[in-house]
Amino acid sequence: MAAKPKLYYFDGRGRMESVRWLLAAAGVEYEEQLFETAEEFENLIKGGKLMYQRVPMVEIDGMKMVETRAILRYIAAKYNLYGKDLKEQVLIDMYVEGMRDLYDIIMFLPLSFPEEKENLRYILEKATDRFLPVYEKVLKDHGKNYLVGNQLSWADIHLFELILMIEECKSDVLLTFPKLQEFKVRVSKLPRIQKFLQPGSQRKPPMDAAGLEVAKNIFKFSKDKYLKRQREVLKDLVGKL
Amino acid sequence: MASKPILHYVNGRGRMESIRWLLAVAGVEFEEVFLETREQYLKLQEDGYLLFHQVPLVEIDGMKLTQTRAILSYLAAKYNLYGKDLKETALINMYTDGTLDLMLLIALSYFKPAEQREKEIELVVEKAKSQYFTVFEKILKNHGQDFLVGNKFSWADIQLLEVILMIEESCPTALSNFPLLQAFKTRISNIPNIKKFLQPGSQRKPPPDDHYVATVKEILQF
Repeated sequence: MAAKPKLYYFDGRGRMESVRWLLAAAGVEYEEQLFETAEEFENLIKGGKLMYQRVPMVEIDGMKMVETRAILRYIAAKYNLYGKDLKEQVLIDMYVEGMRDLYDIIMFLPLSFPEEKENLRYILEKATDRFLPVYEKVLKDHGKNYLVGNQLSWADIHLFELILMIEECKSDVLLTFPKLQEFKVRVSKLPRIQKFLQPGSQRKPPMDAAGLEVAKNIFKFSKDKYLKRQREVLKDLVGKL
Repeated sequence: MASKPILHYVNGRGRMESIRWLLAVAGVEFEEVFLETREQYLKLQEDGYLLFHQVPLVEIDGMKLTQTRAILSYLAAKYNLYGKDLKETALINMYTDGTLDLMLLIALSYFKPAEQREKEIELVVEKAKSQYFTVFEKILKNHGQDFLVGNKFSWADIQLLEVILMIEESCPTALSNFPLLQAFKTRISNIPNIKKFLQPGSQRKPPPDDHYVATVKEILQF
């Protein structure tokens, strides 16, 4: 019997959360090695297990995979969540990549300084004006239950995850998106998703102050880097958007 | 006969350059429409060409594709440059996610204020050498083969050559401690379609200059 995949990360969502979602949706059991100190992270680097000296890292099928996107694509393909042909695959990629910008700024939101109140407002504005309408339209135009090829795919899982993240910022954000509301209900009823949403699953909670301290210590963020980081993320996005 | 792919972007490298490389190396002729004004860009948006209001946009096989990495994966798979199985594809994705990140850092450094730019580029060159070239040198050493993955030419090799050349533009001696990468560079540069792409007159774009930076800033308004 093949060994279970093993996830190496800190005990929080970050970039690993999408991997946890996808494995859960695929019904794949996995283990986690969650480090809590900078030392543990450095030992991992010294052990030569991290190709670019960064996490996420997932040990799977004899490989030590890094780069979140590469990991997600492998899992999606292996577990038939990547479309039935190349044209469906590229649609899935386009939809997932399109979510990434919004996903990233929400992910980095806890790194903001308290005075950066406009960050949350900016996120919600982009969510409702730029991102959510795209997926509402996709679902409306083809009238099917899932984003691509009338079949559950990685794009649906990622969109569901993102919707929940935005709702954590503003619970009624789907008010003007009826198709997305239906979509959300539909996906949340899938047995594996239901299971993952239960307490006790490997899903991680939103980052709190304590979690932020742990992450800061491990990844050695400096206060300056935070401010720069969030502003730069926003600036890059302004450039792209 | 299928029509040629059409690339919509500014007349410069940016996020489109890796796509130009991949098409050229695959021997696929393509057309380009250059964005020069904000009006053109807004028109593409209004006409529904840009799913997320972003370029690059590639019209190919009846689709309007955006999102650089989606486009690149599609092309790599279509033209058999993506490995022979899932594991080889996984390796190629691991390598190219790294090289694409590095090239993005270089591209973004040109948008920093002039007084920061040189320092930023220095940092990127250092990162290229310590975090990336060291790693790829080791990969080549470990398997002793000519190509990065599966003993066969793939998209990963194209990406690595592209980033090596880009770093060398800022630091000509960047490969001085990497003998295998030097040999790799020579070997890959001599592949006929690549050799052709590296000649003057090809659709390869020059490094960003002030005009390119100004055009992008005007079009995207930042």
